[in-house]
Amino acid sequence: MSLAIGSLQLGLIYTLIAMGIYISFRVLNIPDLTAEGSFVFGMAVMSASAVAGHPILGIFFSLLAGAAAGLVTALLQTKLLIPAILSGILTMTGLYTINLTVMQGSSNVTLLGVTTIYDILGDLLPMDFAIAKIFVSLIFVIIAMLTLVLFFKTNCGLCIRAIGDNEMMARSSSMSVDLYKILGLMISNALIGLCGGLIACDQGYADMNSGVGMLVVGLAAVIIGEAFIRRRTILAGMISCLLGSIIYRFILALAISTRIFPAYAMKLLSAIIVTIALALPAVKYYKENYQLKKRNRHA
Amino acid sequence: MLRIINLQKKFTVENGADNHILNGLNLTVEDGEFVTILGNNGAGKSTLFNLISGAVLPNDGYIYLDEKDITFMPEHKRSQFIGRVFQSPMRGTAPNLTVAENLALAYGRQNRKNLNWALTKPLKAIFREKLAEADMGLEDKLDSKIKNLSGGQCQVVALIMCTIKPPELILLDEHTAALDPKTAEDVMAFTQRVVKKDQLTALMITHHLEDAIAYGNRLIMMDRGVVAHEFTGDEKKNITPEELRTLYHLKES
Repeated sequence: MSLAIGSLQLGLIYTLIAMGIYISFRVLNIPDLTAEGSFVFGMAVMSASAVAGHPILGIFFSLLAGAAAGLVTALLQTKLLIPAILSGILTMTGLYTINLTVMQGSSNVTLLGVTTIYDILGDLLPMDFAIAKIFVSLIFVIIAMLTLVLFFKTNCGLCIRAIGDNEMMARSSSMSVDLYKILGLMISNALIGLCGGLIACDQGYADMNSGVGMLVVGLAAVIIGEAFIRRRTILAGMISCLLGSIIYRFILALAISTRIFPAYAMKLLSAIIVTIALALPAVKYYKENYQLKKRNRHA
Repeated sequence: MLRIINLQKKFTVENGADNHILNGLNLTVEDGEFVTILGNNGAGKSTLFNLISGAVLPNDGYIYLDEKDITFMPEHKRSQFIGRVFQSPMRGTAPNLTVAENLALAYGRQNRKNLNWALTKPLKAIFREKLAEADMGLEDKLDSKIKNLSGGQCQVVALIMCTIKPPELILLDEHTAALDPKTAEDVMAFTQRVVKKDQLTALMITHHLEDAIAYGNRLIMMDRGVVAHEFTGDEKKNITPEELRTLYHLKES
């Protein structure tokens, strides 16, 4: 039971990173690798704020931190014309130093005995603390989801979607492509930063290495969700992020609770799950071709 | 009025040699004129359009639109008042957005209020009316994605996108070349109607000699980066495709 609750809690928080990745990979169609850096950046900023006694301000700071990371990547891409993947890697690498600076040179900051956002809101709710935490995470997810769904219905949001869909058309329809790309990547990384911050609060520490593989985790959630939800609207995309993130956590929990895999096998499992999901169209293609060839041989 | 003065454009090719595409092109197009442009491959037709729309910048010369110097204005600013329809139906529309969303993007291009709703009921009513004018059954497809439309329907949507807020100039870049003959005729007829109704100033590149003669009120033929021949009025009405064809052949020798 506690395993299920823990998975649900993690699934909800990781929905935010899935949404961030969904915006960069799916909506903007930009492979943005900043995620691994902005995730830890959010984490570092949140823990620094919480330690200083400002857990609620930490939420805004982690959002801002992520947005700033996104801004740097976006400027590298749009103004210096560095390829998307490389821009992300550059930001991510640079952030390593910045994150260490925020965490005052130590690679691990504990939040033991420090009041976090979960402590504050959890105490207000008349229920078991673990359940209250899920409730709080759910509120964050719902607010993010509503904001994004509404935002993508405005002119500004529509422009971001159009740029991801057909950049040439966007240019000839008088959109400032650079501006909207920058905005999109900032929103995406702000969500990822917030996700990092909440994870720090949830697990009770910030760690330099927690960013490793975060991109794959987010992408896995997006892909798994899309396998269940066929519609391709923004609302459907957001719901598939939520669903995918929770399912992904349950798969991992199951894989580990069977004791076939040790806990440190998580990353490999994530990579394999994403690889399988990404390979499905290719497998389908080979299968169809194989059947067509077989028919020819019999004839 | 579009006024192009001594426009020159060269591209540097790999071995450092210059490839002169436009060599001092002069062209004046009055308001409400519909000019068809012919010319062999490499004559500089598409480069001319790229220069007018701002996708590339000229090496020399000036472009004025209504006495305003737009030679170096950024592309996204120019596209507020210059519309362009491309040859490929997929180029001017966003395939994964709906017809209504595409039109909303185009509708907002002169005055984009950023955090207002992109699609409202009154706006959709306007779009439905505009689509109905095309007479291609598009008015019932407001909510279908562009990628589910046929090439002809796609071009019509692209054309409506360009003209929904009448632009000062519209560039048609072989916009019927990728369509089957029947659809191409329909799209051309619709183009003609739109241009006439809104009194648009239009430039149209085509390789279809009959179209070049039948549509518009002026025909120009480009060769090696300049306007080589020009036909207006009766001269244009009376010219035959064969005569035009010989002009092409002249150039090759």
